[in-house]
Amino acid sequence: MSYAVLENIRVSYDGKTPVLTDLNLSIERGELVSLLGASGCGKTTTLRVVGGFIEPRAGRFTLNGVDMTRTAVHKRNFGLVFQSYALFPHLTVFENVAFGLKLRKIESASLKSRVMAMLDITDLGALANRYPRQLSGGQRQRVALARALVVEPQLLLLDEPLSNLDAKLRLSMRVEIKRLQKKLGITTIFVTHDQEECFSISDRVAIMDKGVIQQFDTPEAIYSHPANEFVARFVGFTNFFNLTASGTGRCLNNLGEEMVIDEIRNHTGGQTSWTGAIRPDDIVLTGTEVSGTNRLTGSVEVRTFLGKSYQYELETKLGRVVVNAPKDSIFEPGTLVCAHLPSDKIVLC
Amino acid sequence: MRKSVGLTLIAVVVFLFLTVPLIIITATAFGEASTIRFPIQGFTLKWFTATFASRSFMSSLGLSFALASYATLLALLVGIPASYALSKTTFRTNPRLRAFFLSPTFVPGIVVGYALFQFLVIQWRMPVFAGLLLGHFLVSLPYVIRVVGASLEQFDFSIEEVAWSLGCNKPKAFLKVVLPNIGSGIVAAFMLSFINSFNNIPVSMFLTGPGVSTLPTTLMNYIEYSYDPSVSAISVVLMGVTVVLMVIVERTLGIGSLAK
Repeated sequence: MSYAVLENIRVSYDGKTPVLTDLNLSIERGELVSLLGASGCGKTTTLRVVGGFIEPRAGRFTLNGVDMTRTAVHKRNFGLVFQSYALFPHLTVFENVAFGLKLRKIESASLKSRVMAMLDITDLGALANRYPRQLSGGQRQRVALARALVVEPQLLLLDEPLSNLDAKLRLSMRVEIKRLQKKLGITTIFVTHDQEECFSISDRVAIMDKGVIQQFDTPEAIYSHPANEFVARFVGFTNFFNLTASGTGRCLNNLGEEMVIDEIRNHTGGQTSWTGAIRPDDIVLTGTEVSGTNRLTGSVEVRTFLGKSYQYELETKLGRVVVNAPKDSIFEPGTLVCAHLPSDKIVLC
Repeated sequence: MRKSVGLTLIAVVVFLFLTVPLIIITATAFGEASTIRFPIQGFTLKWFTATFASRSFMSSLGLSFALASYATLLALLVGIPASYALSKTTFRTNPRLRAFFLSPTFVPGIVVGYALFQFLVIQWRMPVFAGLLLGHFLVSLPYVIRVVGASLEQFDFSIEEVAWSLGCNKPKAFLKVVLPNIGSGIVAAFMLSFINSFNNIPVSMFLTGPGVSTLPTTLMNYIEYSYDPSVSAISVVLMGVTVVLMVIVERTLGIGSLAK
């Protein structure tokens, strides 16, 4: 049995519009799991159900086998870090971090050493007597993290913790979070809308949309095998086309042409139609027309400069196709080009 | 440059308009003549001694002070939880509830006074002090709710949620993290409420009874019959107390806002 389990969680604020519908999620001990999605997808709501701030209308949340669905927030012993840091403004860094331990009636010598040890781990030792208003954004975030971790929580909940930081700091903080999380072995749920941030830090990612988990897997698996079109779009697939089966291991596109797709070997379950998807980076453009399978002829409609490459929008018989091509050969708008869709780069969803 | 000269002029005129009467009142308190006159003749402190010797002035001063203190305390005890609850209600019910709590400021004081008189004194035959206390509590409450509510609006409630997650139950979290962070609002609410109650005439006029009178009503009655400088003297005393209070608040609030 997994460490933290959400079973058939249903949340609705007004009883009519569902926010979460029958959500299931199992998290292993010591894992860092991200909830990823656009705003309004239900990721923060899920986190708040786990934290105890929202009581679900149906379903169960268990931690280590103990039902916690109705347990009060203050009895859960979960660490919490918010986007706004939410430091206690009237307390110093030391007092902020010591807050949870004082409530646990830890005797003062050991309290002091535990707080100082945590401040050292988070590189805040020199700032112990400062007030939050005297700290930079990154320092505040580290205090928030230290305050949540010092009580040795059963679960660490991070709600968009890096969104208020500038790009450079965000990068170093996410490494920091990962390092601390692994070092202390704390099971963590991380809510974010930033795909790159999420993929770099997580053991597993749950991609959410409209209150439903669309796919829950490792970042690598999601990146190379998106479960459906929503996830595929989310992880950078922009070109989609319909495919229908024609005999075993073969399929045809809308124009009735055969397309060769390696992944079709894994789809033996009697399915007769799919959506094929490919990333703009994976399509190869050539100027001269080459006949053969998986080749599309189209005219260049728009060309935009991306720095490392050019992006082309092609008008083909299969519809609009977006291609990122290297700078060494440039195609002018209006010219005819040939796009090759490598059989190993097409995914089916 | 020209514009700022005009502005300065207006500012000076308004400033004079506000302060000159107070300066004149202060001066008249030291005159020897038996009626209020300006400029004053001679210099004496006898009106001050007369004021402090006057039983009716002193007892009504004591009553006003006690009344303002209790009414403010009561208003804070009810108003702080009320504005906390208001800040947490949904947008649908909030404006109506807020309007309800603030209604005593929209209704003219004389109407509130009359209504309370009808109910508390005529209908329920409430003791005078209890009636006054209820009336003053009622006029103080909106100030507390408005001022404390304003500082709660600035408060980031995720701070409270973090406190819960660290092991505080709700009352404890309120005391430990919410209250310390709305302290300046509470001090401001206390001041406004206290001063408002201390100065109140319309409600007090209806609710005072035989032998029980607040300072403003006593002063009004006194001026109707005699026009001697003891009224000026007590005004000077009140101004002095207010200035001292203001300085204290300024000092503490100054420190408070530094700590924010």
